[in-house]
Amino acid sequence: MTTESHHTLSHQPWLDPEEKPFIRIQGVTKQFGAFVAVDSVDLDIYKGELFALLGGSGCGKTTLLRMIAGFESPTSGRIVIDGEDMQDVPPYERPVNMMFQSYALFPHMTVEQNVAYGLKRDGVAREEIRTRVDAMLEMVELAAFRKRKPHQLSGGQKQRVALARSLVKNPKVLLLDEPLGALDKRLREQTQYELMNIQDQLGVTFIVVTHDQEEAMTLSTRIAVMDHGWFQQIGTPTEIYEFPESRFVADFIGSANMFEGRVAGHDGDVASIDVEGLPEPLKAEHTASLREGMQVWLAVRPEKMRIATEPFDDSSLNSIRGSVEDIGYYGDSSTYRIRVNPGMRLEITHPNLRRPRDGRHVADWDETVYIGWVPEAGVVLTR
Amino acid sequence: MSPKRSRFLFSSLCFGLAFLYIPMVLLIFYSFNHSRIVPIWGGFSLRWYKVLFQSEDVWAATALSFKIAFVNASFAMALGTLAGLALVRFGRFRGRTLFTGMITAPLVMPEVITGLSLLLLFIGLQGLIGWPAERGFTTITIAHITFSMAYVAVIVQSRLTGMSEDLEEAASDLGARPFRVLLDITLPRLAPGMLAGWLLAFTLSLDDLVIASFTTGPGSNTLPILIYSRIRLGLRPDINALATIIILAITTGVIIFGWIMLRQQRQREREMQQAALS
Repeated sequence: MTTESHHTLSHQPWLDPEEKPFIRIQGVTKQFGAFVAVDSVDLDIYKGELFALLGGSGCGKTTLLRMIAGFESPTSGRIVIDGEDMQDVPPYERPVNMMFQSYALFPHMTVEQNVAYGLKRDGVAREEIRTRVDAMLEMVELAAFRKRKPHQLSGGQKQRVALARSLVKNPKVLLLDEPLGALDKRLREQTQYELMNIQDQLGVTFIVVTHDQEEAMTLSTRIAVMDHGWFQQIGTPTEIYEFPESRFVADFIGSANMFEGRVAGHDGDVASIDVEGLPEPLKAEHTASLREGMQVWLAVRPEKMRIATEPFDDSSLNSIRGSVEDIGYYGDSSTYRIRVNPGMRLEITHPNLRRPRDGRHVADWDETVYIGWVPEAGVVLTR
Repeated sequence: MSPKRSRFLFSSLCFGLAFLYIPMVLLIFYSFNHSRIVPIWGGFSLRWYKVLFQSEDVWAATALSFKIAFVNASFAMALGTLAGLALVRFGRFRGRTLFTGMITAPLVMPEVITGLSLLLLFIGLQGLIGWPAERGFTTITIAHITFSMAYVAVIVQSRLTGMSEDLEEAASDLGARPFRVLLDITLPRLAPGMLAGWLLAFTLSLDDLVIASFTTGPGSNTLPILIYSRIRLGLRPDINALATIIILAITTGVIIFGWIMLRQQRQREREMQQAALS
């Protein structure tokens, strides 16, 4: 059994106190004039991780990536890669390669020349360049396009050339700036799995910058959610989604119904929360230390709520009455927007388990419905 | 659109075109005039073309003009490109605003003043170190470079400003040192701008009368100086013939250049379409 527990640890190296971080970002700040783009952040990334920096535009994620690549130097703090302080190391001597959002393919060179460029600069022998470029082009399935110029390629092909070019030098770390941003939905999904495959094969540490939470969730081992130059939360996709630590994270990743209220009392680890406009307090399981009268927010994901046209029998459920204001039909599921009172609307996602009867699934427009959820479904947030 | 308005637009167009091209058409027309007195029609002849081709002055002046234009354009392209690179890619350095202003000053400076100041410089240098011993090819070329490079710098600067630094960063990321990045990425991408600058510098130099006449010496006539000095003695039909040849040469050049550009662009668009479809 010990081998198995070791196995799980190697997949989650951040939990292993013995494991040495591969990239250490220590107290890094970057200022542009009076604007603080990155605000004294600390972060450890381990070998073989696929780490996502997630955030809206202007949150500092790209600046942080550019500091790791060496295009910007931190105003203060240190970046250490594989035990080496990167302070005075120029970009062309760092053991990292970057895949640019624009792909940045050299327009006057062929696909082959683009991929070979980095090896040539390192003075690799001709024969070896050839074999390595061949292998890379084979891997990204572009061998037939080697003599083409970038403008003769489609978006997906360009993306693959950019990937091949940044991987051919066997970097210790690959930085990817919005790698799937310019691709259409179908190609994105396909490329996403290709990226994960390649990462698995080569064991390179990936750091991905993205604004797309879905992309971050499916791709990465861990996610750092960034806002205004610092990390709101760092964790695995499950941790970030199921146990958000702040309203920002709960709102940014997926969607959440947010109840603002005050702590009314305790019963073990179940707190009851008074919410203005609701007849009864809401019950929620929590781990945070709460005082009575403290202002808190209860976040409940739309898919963790039930909807019914009759009141629920189970008294342990939180239950709210409202009327259907809007229905969004997605085929596999429907989203109901429920009006509880003039100031409160809830969103519930309900799987369409069977085909509609009399033209309706669960409820119809303007119908009175009951919303219920178990106390374990919500997350109590204090910030 | 009302017919009245379109008639107005149409006549404006005709007037504009007439204003631009009637003088040139007249000049070409009179170059085939047999008569020695320009405004009097004496029948069609190629007489003045013959005179022109036998005139050694004209050939010498043309050769000198082209020589100056070529050397000027090449130096102006090199220096102007360096200046443009310094302005856009070196980030903020002390005195950058002053440098920008000084680079663009020759564009707005009256030619008479540029010419005069350069003349004073050459005379001063000659007195001080004995160089330039005489004014002519060297002095005119230097004078032309000083103002042509400002134009090249502006062209390169505007092209660089519109170019994102992604490609340079990508090259540097792949292990290219700064000088290598310049050679491999920046200069090839700048090539069209540099070519445009070279052509502009070439034309500016061929065109220039004022600065050349300040900085030239006895016996060194550029084409514009020659034409101007002959015209001062009265209209001459052989000059009409010379002007006609110049117009013809320029027109041919522009058409060929435009055709090549258009063909390249079409080819590129076709290839991009194919790539998008595949």
